[in-house]
Amino acid sequence: MIPAEPTGPGVPAGPGLPPVEPGLPGQTAPPPDAELAELAGAGLETGEEAAPVPDPEVAEAVLAPVASSAVGTPLLTVEDLRTYLATGHGVVRAVDGVSFSLAQAEVLGIVGESGCGKSVTCRTIMGLVPKSLGHSNGRVIYHPRGEGSLLDASQNQWQALRGSQLAMIFQDPMTALNPVLTVGEQLLEAVNAHAKLTRAEAQARAVELLRRVGIPAPQRRMRDYPFQFSGGMLQRALIAIALASSPRLLLADEPTTSLDVIIQDQILSLLLELQQDTGMSMILVSHDLAVITEVCDRIIVMYAGQVVEQGRAATIITEPRHPYTRALLGALPQAGHQGELPSIPGHPPSLIDPPAGCRFAPRCPLVTDKCLTWETELLDAGGDGHLARCWRHEEVARQGPAQQGTEVQ
Amino acid sequence: MTTLLTASPSEVLYKAASKAAGRRRSVALRRLPLIIGLALLAIAILAITFAPLLTSAAPNQIDVLNPLAPPLTPGHLLGTDQFGRDVWSRILYGGRIDLAIAFGATSVTLVGGTIIGLVAGYFGGKIDNVLMRIVDLFFAFPFLVLIIAIIAMLGPSILNIFLAIWITSWVAYARIMRAQVIVAKKQQYVLAARALGYSRTRVMLRHILPNTASAVIIFSMVDAIGNIALAAALGFLGLGVQPPTPEWGTMISDGQNYITTAWWLTLFPGLAIVFVGVAFSLIGDGLADVLRPGDR
Repeated sequence: MIPAEPTGPGVPAGPGLPPVEPGLPGQTAPPPDAELAELAGAGLETGEEAAPVPDPEVAEAVLAPVASSAVGTPLLTVEDLRTYLATGHGVVRAVDGVSFSLAQAEVLGIVGESGCGKSVTCRTIMGLVPKSLGHSNGRVIYHPRGEGSLLDASQNQWQALRGSQLAMIFQDPMTALNPVLTVGEQLLEAVNAHAKLTRAEAQARAVELLRRVGIPAPQRRMRDYPFQFSGGMLQRALIAIALASSPRLLLADEPTTSLDVIIQDQILSLLLELQQDTGMSMILVSHDLAVITEVCDRIIVMYAGQVVEQGRAATIITEPRHPYTRALLGALPQAGHQGELPSIPGHPPSLIDPPAGCRFAPRCPLVTDKCLTWETELLDAGGDGHLARCWRHEEVARQGPAQQGTEVQ
Repeated sequence: MTTLLTASPSEVLYKAASKAAGRRRSVALRRLPLIIGLALLAIAILAITFAPLLTSAAPNQIDVLNPLAPPLTPGHLLGTDQFGRDVWSRILYGGRIDLAIAFGATSVTLVGGTIIGLVAGYFGGKIDNVLMRIVDLFFAFPFLVLIIAIIAMLGPSILNIFLAIWITSWVAYARIMRAQVIVAKKQQYVLAARALGYSRTRVMLRHILPNTASAVIIFSMVDAIGNIALAAALGFLGLGVQPPTPEWGTMISDGQNYITTAWWLTLFPGLAIVFVGVAFSLIGDGLADVLRPGDR
C-alpha cells in the first residue's frame, strides 16, 4: 500500500517536478489565495490547506506509479469472451466472441454505436453482470493474479480484486454516487476499503486525492453531498474514488458522455494525466471516435457484439480497413461543414437473432453475396496487429480514410 | 377588480411565483406536524411514566363507597368504574401497556421485516422466491384471525400478544422494503459500490438501506397505531391483557355493559387511544415530509 504522508506547510516542493495545477482553467474555482483566506477566516485547521500551491511531491505519493518497471508486458487478456443476456424477448448476444489484450500502462479505446456490447464487455471484465441476468464464457485473464480466468473467481476473490486492482468509472456521474452520503464519506469508504489506515491517514489521502483530480478547496468539499457538485466535479470525485486504492486497470465506461464538451476535454486530460503519472492501464469506452483517438494507443472497434477492427490508433484513423470504421470516421462532424451531418444508414442488427455472415452487411456500401454467408473472422490487415473483420479490407484500405464530414457512400 | 385588469402579465406571474416561493420557504411550517406529533407523544410518555405523581389512587384500588361515580367527583377526575376504581389512574397505568405494545411490537417487526425485505430484494432469485412465498402465506390469512388463533393457542398474556404481533406483522415491512430495494439496487451508485469491491453486506446496509428506509419508517408509525388498536381489540375480545390489569381495550370492553348509564367508562379510554393515534399519525406525516427528498 502507498502510505499517505501527512503533510505540512513546510514540505518543500521538489525542484525538478512539474507543478500541479491548483485549480482548473475555465472553472469557477477561487484562486488559491482567496481559498486560503477563506479557510483561514473560517478557522479551519490549516495543515495541508495552508500550502498555497499543492505540493507535487504529495500528489506523487498519493498516486504513485503502480508498475513502472513492467511497461509492455500484458496485464489483461480477454479470449473469446461471450456474454449472453436473458431478456423478455429472448437471448441477447451482447458480447459475441471478443478477444483482445492490454499491456501494462496501455490505453485501449473501445468504440462503437450504442448497443454494440462495449459496456457489457466492461461489466463482464469487472464481474458485474448478475448471474440472474446473463452468462459469460471465454476467458478473462488478469495476469498479476495468475493464469486463471476471472470468470471463475469466487465472490470473495472478486471483492478483493475490485477497487484494489480493477476499478471502473461510469457514464453518468450524477447517479453514480450515493445521494445520502457526503462525497467525503464515500471517498473515505473507498480509501479504507482495501487498506488499513488510521483515521488521519485516510483523511489526508482522501483530501489529497480530491486535490489531485482538481477539486478546489477539497477539505471543504468533502463535507458536501453529491447534489452540491456540478457534473464535471462529480466525475472528478468519482475518478478520485475509483483511484482510491491505486488500481492497476481503470475501465472508463463513457466517462464523458453526459458532460459538455469543455468539461469533457478536461476530464479526458485528467484521466490521461493520471494514467501517465501512475502507469496504470486504462480501457476507455466511448461512442465518440474523436474522443478515443485523442487519448488511446490502440483502438478496438466493436459492432453488434463483435470486434470488427483493431489496431494502433494512428493506423486506424489513417487507414481504416473495415467499412464500419470508415463510416464512423466519415460521420465525425467537422467545423465549417455545411448541410446535413453524414450518418450511417440503418441501425445495428438485433442481437437476439443476428444476421448470418457479416453483421454489418445490411448497412455496408461494399456488400456482396459472399458477405452474407462467409464465416466472419478477424483477418490480418496490414500487419502490426491491425485486424479487420472484412474480407474486402484491401479494397477498403485503398479507398483511403473517409473524408471527414462528407457523405460516406 | 381594477388591479386585476391593470396588472401586466409579468406582474401576475411574479405574484404567483412569489406565493409559491413563500410556501416553499416555510420549512418550519412543514415540520409542524412532526413537532406537534412528537410533543403529543412526549406528553403521553411523561404522563404514563409519572403516573404515580399524577393520580390520587392506585389503578386497582377500590373505592367501595363510590362505584360508577361520574367525572369530576372529588378525588376521581374522570369518575370510577363499577368497582369504584379510578378511571384516570387506570388510563395512565393502562397506557404503559398500550405504549409498550406500540413500541415493542412495532420496533421488532420493523427491524425484522426490513432486513428480510432487504435480503429478498437484493439477492433476488431463489432466496427472494422463498421469502416472498412465506410472506404470501401470511397475507393469505385474515390478519386478525391469525392473531386470535395464535393467542388462543398460546393463551392470553402480554408476552403472547407481543409474540403474535412479531410473528404476523413483519410481512408488510418485508414487502414494502423489497419493492424499494428492487428499484434502488438498479441505481448506478449500487453498481459503482460493487465495482469498488465492497462486500454485499456493506452495499446493502450502507448504500441501499439509507436510500430505501424512509418508506418502512413512515409505515411503522401507521403500524404502531394499528398495534395499539389491535391490543385494544384483543382486550375487547377478552384475549388481551387479563383483568384486573388496566389496558385501554379491556377498559372499553368492561365499560360496554354500562354504556347507557356510565358513558365515561368507554369514552375516556377511547379518547386515550385517539390521542396516541393522532400523535403517531402526525409523526408519520411529518417524517414523510422530512425523509422524502423528492418533495424538498
